[in-house]
Amino acid sequence: MPTVNMNVNGEAVSGEVESRTLLVQFLRETLRLTGTHVGCDTSQCGACVVHVNGVSAKSCTMLAVQCEGADVTTIEGLADGDALHPMQEAFRDNHGLQCGFCTPGMIMSALDLANRNSAPSEQEVRDWLEGNICRCTGYHNIVKSIMAGARAMAAGQGG
Amino acid sequence: MPKDGIGASVKRKEDYRFITGQGAYTDDIDRPGQTYAVFVRSPHAHARIASVDTSAAAAMPGVVKILTGADYAADGLGGLPCGWQVTGKDGPMVEPPHPPLAADRVRHVGDQLAVVIANSAAEARDAAEAVAVEYEPLAAAASIDAALSPGAPQVHDEAPGNLCYDWELGDKADVDAAFAGAHHVTRVELVNNRLVPNAMEPRAAVAEYDRATREYTLYTTSQNPHVIRLLMGAFVLQLPEHRLRVVAPDVGGGFGSKIFHYAEEAILTWAAGKVARPIKWTAERAESFVTDAHGRDHVTVAELALDADGKFLGLKVDTRANMGAYLSTFAPCVPTYLYATLLAGQYTTPKIWCGVQAVFTHTVPVDAYRGAGRPEATFVVERIVETAAHEMGIDPAELRRRNFVPPDAFPYQTPVALVYDSGDYEGTLAAALADADYNGFAARRTEAEARGKLRGIGLSAYIEACGIAPSAVVGSLGARAGLYECGEVRVHPTGSVTFFTGTHSHGQGHETTFAQIIAERLGVDIDAVEVVHGDTSKIPFGMGTYGSRSLAVGGSALSRALDKVETKAKRIAAHLMEASEADIEFADGQFTVAGTDKSVGFGDVALTAYVPHNYPIEELEPGLDETAYYDPANFTFPAGCHVCEVEIDPDTGAVEIVNFAASDDFGNVINPMIVEGQVHGGIVQGVGQALLEGCVYGDDGQLATGSYMDYTMPRADDVPSFTVSTRTTPCPHNPLGAKGCGEAGAIAAPAAVMNAVHHALASRGVSRIDMPATPARVWQALNA
Repeated sequence: MPTVNMNVNGEAVSGEVESRTLLVQFLRETLRLTGTHVGCDTSQCGACVVHVNGVSAKSCTMLAVQCEGADVTTIEGLADGDALHPMQEAFRDNHGLQCGFCTPGMIMSALDLANRNSAPSEQEVRDWLEGNICRCTGYHNIVKSIMAGARAMAAGQGG
Repeated sequence: MPKDGIGASVKRKEDYRFITGQGAYTDDIDRPGQTYAVFVRSPHAHARIASVDTSAAAAMPGVVKILTGADYAADGLGGLPCGWQVTGKDGPMVEPPHPPLAADRVRHVGDQLAVVIANSAAEARDAAEAVAVEYEPLAAAASIDAALSPGAPQVHDEAPGNLCYDWELGDKADVDAAFAGAHHVTRVELVNNRLVPNAMEPRAAVAEYDRATREYTLYTTSQNPHVIRLLMGAFVLQLPEHRLRVVAPDVGGGFGSKIFHYAEEAILTWAAGKVARPIKWTAERAESFVTDAHGRDHVTVAELALDADGKFLGLKVDTRANMGAYLSTFAPCVPTYLYATLLAGQYTTPKIWCGVQAVFTHTVPVDAYRGAGRPEATFVVERIVETAAHEMGIDPAELRRRNFVPPDAFPYQTPVALVYDSGDYEGTLAAALADADYNGFAARRTEAEARGKLRGIGLSAYIEACGIAPSAVVGSLGARAGLYECGEVRVHPTGSVTFFTGTHSHGQGHETTFAQIIAERLGVDIDAVEVVHGDTSKIPFGMGTYGSRSLAVGGSALSRALDKVETKAKRIAAHLMEASEADIEFADGQFTVAGTDKSVGFGDVALTAYVPHNYPIEELEPGLDETAYYDPANFTFPAGCHVCEVEIDPDTGAVEIVNFAASDDFGNVINPMIVEGQVHGGIVQGVGQALLEGCVYGDDGQLATGSYMDYTMPRADDVPSFTVSTRTTPCPHNPLGAKGCGEAGAIAAPAAVMNAVHHALASRGVSRIDMPATPARVWQALNA
């Protein structure tokens, strides 16, 4: 079986995988980072979104071996100790989650948007979320959360 | 009031673990020595199983065990039970056997007939593909019409003509007499489209057997673990409850689909005893589509009789409801007692008749999905009322006002068995119309027309029966269980509190809402309260979460348990302060002797209860831990009005929701932030039903919409933000005055959206369009 090496949440990791092993399986089953979820088998729902080299990616649609040498960030890598990331705070403050299953993917996807656009409009947020499905919130509070989170991130960088 | 008490939009206590990726869902659980299960499922809608050959599969790498329907039958265990018996005109419903693993016939695509257990999920999947099943395909009846047609393929030999029951409510002759005097009769034909609930977390289970204790443990994605333990233990596997633990950990959404006892739960538990290793099964999404119970699927003809002033004289509703291939746990009550009983809506309609034929088809079983019967009833009532208004040239809001049950008429006995508890229907109508700027619609329509767009506005004044349910009432209607709730308040020696609830939170925020009630009542900090749910080994008993019942029933059990805690604590406080019990007052966490400055804190009383050195030990036991069971006196009746405004592009048929306003009466509200979130989510499921979602079976029983590539889930860019508000008439018969809020959006929204769509299309001569009103359907209707 091939060995894969990558950097996950700032730590060098390696593991033996089958060539068919998906990145999400490597994260969940080998590394036991179970915050990244699987909600479908057709790359539609976005519950599995992580960052690969700083850009959001659906970890159900990448092979683990494709990430050789890559920097991978998962939901577990966002908070700095007890200090939550501003986007995490924004989801809590704006009730941007209910069951929590889509939430890690939503937050990781939102971060990528905020990195590209520090003040997205409501329509820009809604368009960006095309690849993330939530069944609980009706998106109303997710959209609010992401707009607030992006603002907080921008303010943090400015200060 | 403490800052985190009743009425405050407290940020949720449960969120930290979810936003940091530390939620613990069933698939996140790994047990030592764990194996993996994959089910072998029928690719045919209907077939005889000629043979199952597992020899090649059994020889594949990593395979631990393969079990078939024949193995299950040989063990002499039970079938999956149905929890509700409906008695129709011709006697009790037909209740065919429902084997957890099919042995001789498969009856829908996805019906399971064997399970492969292996050391890894990949090995189990590979081996499952190597199980050689020889099928003799049979003709299928994949729709209500097909199943009821003469000579239709039979789903069950026990059910001639595929009829489960033919049921009615009301006196048809009486209603016909009312129609004879009508000034106007409005008739509508409606399809309530079949939906797939699609909680984002696929169903999953982990089962294990401990040889030392002979205890089975099942972790499962359930809304009601005690119910699963009871059904699976007593009726299916014949395991005693004291050696069967069911845990529903963090659950990623349910919407009804995780109420039911599913075959995979029983098969995994049974198999865990045989292999003596833990077994995990996690559904793939494609598997969820063909095994999770679906929702809705009604075909209805309704007629409303009105007098010259628009007063409703009578309503006749004739419905055929799809049960699917087997009776799921609560399926029979959905199109009967949760449907026909709501057909009075918010109105004083004096005479109502409803007939329902429940039909078996070669499709996935249909059961309760968010709202369960009440969305279907609301869709009938609100579509026909709106249609009647337009036909008679009466403003739809005005027609509703003329027929509302007035605010001073409560309790109000409807002609369809229910007694409404409280409400102010004109109040919620007025609030929703104001938020929707109903009076400004004509100008907006003119402006839209100038841009070439068709604009419409639609109302939905819904009512639901929630707080399910008074046990004696539902028992008389065929429920095979009581529907009370249980709560245990355990005060710890230093005054912190753990609350054990028989309800289950899978997104509803119980850990926060219940903690607010406790903080309010006991004067403790909300951080000193922990809410525990979802584990039969920790919680005395529980009926779970569905039917917007958790606060109205589970919260009432909490309230009663808190009463007991307060009573006992007052006796301890009286002893400590050498006062009479009758003189003890309790507020803000302090017990005081009335008229004096003597007081003792709640924490001191709690410590005294557990360290009883100074204690009335001869009259009172130590400890401060109280349990209450609460059986509701009546259903609760949340109600309100939703108003939707749409704009349609006639060139493409695309419907855009440009405004949506909701005013809801949920009784007293504990956490407004959580309540608004429930309404938002419900509305989007309702919008999904109206515009996007439709479960489609081919005539051969193949599911055409079996993935997110084909089944259109609402996405962020399909919907706008919403204007939601609440107006309160407290529930008069439970201690919190709460009615429930979980299902309202999904109940109200479809009719509001479809009324708006019909309103927009009426100017182009379109009189009927069915859900989902996709661009293709709208365009075809415009160009017919």
